[in-house]
Amino acid sequence: MRIQTFDLSKTYEKKNTALKNLTLDLNLNGIFSIIGRNGAGKTTFVRIMSTELMPTSGNGFINEMDVVSQATEVRQQIAVVPQEARPLPWLTPLQTVSSYLMWRGYSYREANEKGKEALRELGLEGKEREKSRKLSGGQKRKLMVATVISSEAPVVFLDEPTTGLDYLSRKELWQLLSKMKKDRLIILTTHYLEEAEILGDQIMILDSGKLVDIGKIDDLRAKVKLPYVLKVYSDNFKIEDNELQVHPVSEKETFVYGSATKIYGLMPYLVTNKMKFTVEEASLSNIFEQYLGGEEGENEKEDW
Amino acid sequence: MKRKIGSQILASILVNSVYAMINYPVVLINTLLAPLAILAVVTFASKGALLPVAAVGALIMNMVSSGTSLQQDLSHLKNDMRLQDMIVSSPTTSLVYIVGMAISEIVYSIPTLAFLVILNLIFVKITLLGGLIIFLDMATIFTFSISLGFYLSTFTSDIIQSWGFSGILSPLLTTIPPVYYPITYIPYPYRYLAYLSPTTYASEIAQSQTGFFNPGVAGFSTAWIVLLAITGALTYLALKRSRWREI
Repeated sequence: MRIQTFDLSKTYEKKNTALKNLTLDLNLNGIFSIIGRNGAGKTTFVRIMSTELMPTSGNGFINEMDVVSQATEVRQQIAVVPQEARPLPWLTPLQTVSSYLMWRGYSYREANEKGKEALRELGLEGKEREKSRKLSGGQKRKLMVATVISSEAPVVFLDEPTTGLDYLSRKELWQLLSKMKKDRLIILTTHYLEEAEILGDQIMILDSGKLVDIGKIDDLRAKVKLPYVLKVYSDNFKIEDNELQVHPVSEKETFVYGSATKIYGLMPYLVTNKMKFTVEEASLSNIFEQYLGGEEGENEKEDW
Repeated sequence: MKRKIGSQILASILVNSVYAMINYPVVLINTLLAPLAILAVVTFASKGALLPVAAVGALIMNMVSSGTSLQQDLSHLKNDMRLQDMIVSSPTTSLVYIVGMAISEIVYSIPTLAFLVILNLIFVKITLLGGLIIFLDMATIFTFSISLGFYLSTFTSDIIQSWGFSGILSPLLTTIPPVYYPITYIPYPYRYLAYLSPTTYASEIAQSQTGFFNPGVAGFSTAWIVLLAITGALTYLALKRSRWREI
């Protein structure tokens, strides 16, 4: 699947710029995670590329079809679960999935068969005929994902699908998405960096409507100054080095961020003093912080 | 995959009326109450004299209610449930979606329509041609109200705004204008104000067939021309100017 944008920009009401000259060219299957602060432009990107919203300028293409001038063709290939979308409370899960499929053009019978299959795959069998309002938060989100996944659209947009879910429900959804990503591209926006790291085959960081970077987690890690984390479990550990970032977590636990050379240079000292420690690669959270520093985003107001 | 427009229309009908009626049967009497309440008041207040007018008026109100309900339903599905965004990004077109939703409003009010049609058959004495004219009149006012409902729904950003529109439209289009009573009951110069509402023309056409008002050939033709012009203009606006994809 190919996603391209050329100088894609969006300005709301002639003053609030949500996307600024975004240019990218991606050719991948799997999960494309988009991260950024509130107001970074994640939702605007998704809404433009899923043909819901007109860009102010620039172009976007899905599989080389223009999302503005060839929207009809693009819509055959995409499916989207918008942020805050939820099942209609007066419908059953089966009615929810099957009616969406009918809107996509499936016959009533096909839609029902595919709907049952999707609900079974998602572990919602037995709930087909309950009203959706009786489902838990996690089940409702699963149902929304089932709705679009069952359509077999090769490109699926999920705008913050796990927001508000507890950790276990999120994990269930992650398993589901990992299973569903074969042969399709899932474009996923999220505020959970752990989620973006675990799921994302490629990760895009946006800030104030601008592309900060894009790549696999290892590519992003390779570009930051402090790609390793040393975790020291000792109350005697003290160090001063301008090239290291030292974060005492508690009296007996200190995290040290630095380059491979610097971190491994500390090993003799730790071993000699019999201190317990672990060395890990920087997580996406660490990388994200390093990319964006602590600066306030220009648009840190609402989710665009 | 070959897209089936019939399935796309059926999806709107199922979601917006059939499933609601099956899953919550209480909604079956929803649409009946408003027209029936005014019909009863007018009938009792006129000691039965205005029953035929009010019975036809209730049909007009029912048609207009379809439009105000559509406006609320579309707004709810768009703003609260975000369903419309999912549909915009699907192969369904705005025209197919709106046709399905419009039909769903008719399906939703089938129990009411059935009751009102029976009432009209019993109490309203008209010719076959008169019946056909009233049917066309109802179809036109239904198209008008559906177009108005769709047009307004695309501008509402939340359900409160949507309720606001309905609260304004319902009395302005059905309760105050001469829908349940003959226009001759309104003294001049207030009668001119009544002509600001398209439902007044629809009522004149219907009442001319029930013998309660005689607008003459010129008046009858004028009522049709104005009603069709307003409906046509609004339908055009709804199709061309409404926002399917946001800007």
